[in-house]
Amino acid sequence: MAESTTGTVLVLGAGSAMARGIAAAFASHGHALYLAGRDLEELERIASDLRVRTGVDVDFGQFDALDTQSHAGFVQAVLAEVGALAGVVWAVGYMPAQEQALADFGEVQRIIDTNFTAAVSMLDVCSAHLEKESGGFLAVISSVAGDRGRQSNYYYGSAKGALTLYLQGLRNRLHSSGVRVLTIKPGFVDTAMTWGLPGLFLVASPEQVGRAVVRAVQRRRDVLYVPWFWRYIMLIIRHIPERVFKRLKL
Amino acid sequence: MRSRRMSLSGWGRFPVQECEVWRPERYHDLMLREGAMTLRGQGRSYGDAALNENGNVVLNARVNRFIEFSPDTGLLRTEPGVTLEEIVSVCLPHGWFLPVTPGTKYVSIGGCVAADVHGKNHFRDGSFGAAVQAFELLTADGARLSCTRDNNSELFFATLGGMGLTGVIGEVTLQLRRVESAWMKVRQKKSPDLERVFADLADGDPEDEYRVAWIDCLARGRHLGRSVTMSARHARMDDLSGTRRGQPLVVAPRRKRTLPFNFPGWALNSLSIGVFNHLYYAREGARGGPSVSDYDRYFYPLDAIAHWNRMYGKRGFVQYQCVLPSDTAFDGMREILERLSRSRRPSFLAVLKRLGEESGGLLSFPMPGYTLALDLPLRGRGLLPLLDELDRIVIEKGGRVYLAKDARLSAEAFRHMYPRLDDWLAIKGRIDPDNRFTSSLARRLGLEPPHG
Ligand SMILES: Cc1cc2nc3c(=O)[nH]c(=O)nc-3n(C[C@H](O)[C@H](O)[C@H](O)COP(=O)(O)OP(=O)(O)OC[C@H]3O[C@@H](n4cnc5c(N)ncnc54)[C@H](O)[C@@H]3O)c2cc1C
Repeated sequence: MAESTTGTVLVLGAGSAMARGIAAAFASHGHALYLAGRDLEELERIASDLRVRTGVDVDFGQFDALDTQSHAGFVQAVLAEVGALAGVVWAVGYMPAQEQALADFGEVQRIIDTNFTAAVSMLDVCSAHLEKESGGFLAVISSVAGDRGRQSNYYYGSAKGALTLYLQGLRNRLHSSGVRVLTIKPGFVDTAMTWGLPGLFLVASPEQVGRAVVRAVQRRRDVLYVPWFWRYIMLIIRHIPERVFKRLKL
Repeated sequence: MRSRRMSLSGWGRFPVQECEVWRPERYHDLMLREGAMTLRGQGRSYGDAALNENGNVVLNARVNRFIEFSPDTGLLRTEPGVTLEEIVSVCLPHGWFLPVTPGTKYVSIGGCVAADVHGKNHFRDGSFGAAVQAFELLTADGARLSCTRDNNSELFFATLGGMGLTGVIGEVTLQLRRVESAWMKVRQKKSPDLERVFADLADGDPEDEYRVAWIDCLARGRHLGRSVTMSARHARMDDLSGTRRGQPLVVAPRRKRTLPFNFPGWALNSLSIGVFNHLYYAREGARGGPSVSDYDRYFYPLDAIAHWNRMYGKRGFVQYQCVLPSDTAFDGMREILERLSRSRRPSFLAVLKRLGEESGGLLSFPMPGYTLALDLPLRGRGLLPLLDELDRIVIEKGGRVYLAKDARLSAEAFRHMYPRLDDWLAIKGRIDPDNRFTSSLARRLGLEPPHG
């Protein structure tokens, strides 16, 4: 069954390029949007852009992922404004250089809080609401970095890995309620996070990611690798024996 | 924000330079916090206007949001990175088209203001700037200035055609033009010599909105300047029939092909181009009455082939575009074409247009007269000296060379071509005394604040 085109999609962390690509893809399928993020001026720009390009209704509001106390109230306020939610996209992420984290535990905490704790807090609130409504979806950006710990990126990777496991459990719990959970695992996507990093190849555009996410939600998929071949790259990487893996410079 | 070291070039693929490239995603990050910088849109200027050798280049591609569009009035406000392609695809279904468009739609609106681009309707509607109602300028001191013809008007006219050297062109407000359909009514006609082309461009059918001539620049003697002159206007409902009439604002998207590799150097020589020109002149010129074409094929024939610049081989090419004022244009163009056909340096694409009134932009290219654009592959020695010779003719006739296409003009020649340069420099000195906005072109031509 195709996803209905009614109801608003709430996009959390809407200021990033990947979120913009996903929001645009939902809008082009006729979904109204609520964009939530930190930088109100930017959100306003993105909102008007999507309105002009697609003609859908786009609301926006300020949301701080790290302020978990505010999450429940924020979702209540959004619901009061838009009525019903078709689904929720979680696109909040934080990835500083690994050296920065190694030098400063504050950074490590920020990585874990943003990529894991904040996600769990918000997704708990949202899933409780969708469960009550007996439908809808959660589309959550995790990362291929969460599939295996590597020396170059294991703080970020372990936080995303924890998020992936949380989503497995959530999917399992919500299955009978009709709420679907999609774990999105981007490989290299052409965003501010990857711009300027050496050695990137076969990078997907945010627009391609957006289209793939909408397709995966419509087809009720559980896990989406974008670009698709990362599924196979990670399959290989996950299966390298630890004895060998620990010697690799990855 | 992180930057990336990259080899960049303009569309002509000459010169190629190492630059430190930034790609902000947020509007206010278009202005780098420190250091000198060059803005870059889609890199469709031909030479070094959007290059900054060993310095910062800031891409506006991700800062491309539509802010406001009124389907009632056709007034559009966007961020600078929005491309003309995006504008057409969003606004044409509402019956609004670009007031002025260059020969490719893959350019940013910021780049169009910076170069004050012109189209095939310049003789009638003026340049891009004529339709620009306002823009925001992010200046070196961190201000965001709203510029219109009345408000900050000095900056408005220094920025229009100012090649990005007065500040970041931010949001642009543009008045679109009403059209009844997405189709064009086109007529083609042979103009057997230079005299006839000039006449055909100057006084064709008063209904024509667009006019341009394709010149066979290998033709010599009494054939010198022989051309196919193309005129067109936006088709109206009664020009259309059948399904087109039912859905006048919709055209099917074109298949896009890619030129997969650089052509070898010998592929384009005077013989192959000569044969092509001959056939083209015979075939296109012989077409009967008017035909109806979709806007995409009419305005952007080359856009159907991605990377068509590879046709000129690895070493790239330069485009030479000059304008000569009405009273000297005929003699001047004849000299230039004679010089060119004598040199046996073939230009694959040679286009002649008539230009109308100036826009007021201090460094804007268009002036009332005729403009000739030539694509010349960089091969052998001798090309650059030949172009220097053409510069001398242009200066003598009171004309100028187009900066958005230029890669090799000298500062000396430039100064003779742009009489309002000193006014511009005075404004530059005031608005950007520390020369934060620069480019390889700016250094080459001395577009820098006095005593800076
Ligand atoms: C096939 C083809 C056909 C063309 N036909 C025509 C034509 O018919 N008429 C015509 O006039 N031109 C024509 N051009 C030239 C083209 O329209 C101009 O060079 C235009 O400026 C390119 O826009 P861009 O976005 O690619 O800008 P770029 O090439 O990236 O930059 C051009 C200039 O604009 C500046 N700039 C870009 N963005 C900003 C900004 N936000 N703020 C400040 N400065 C900025 C750059 O610094 C640079 O000086 C043609 C080009 C091609 C490739």
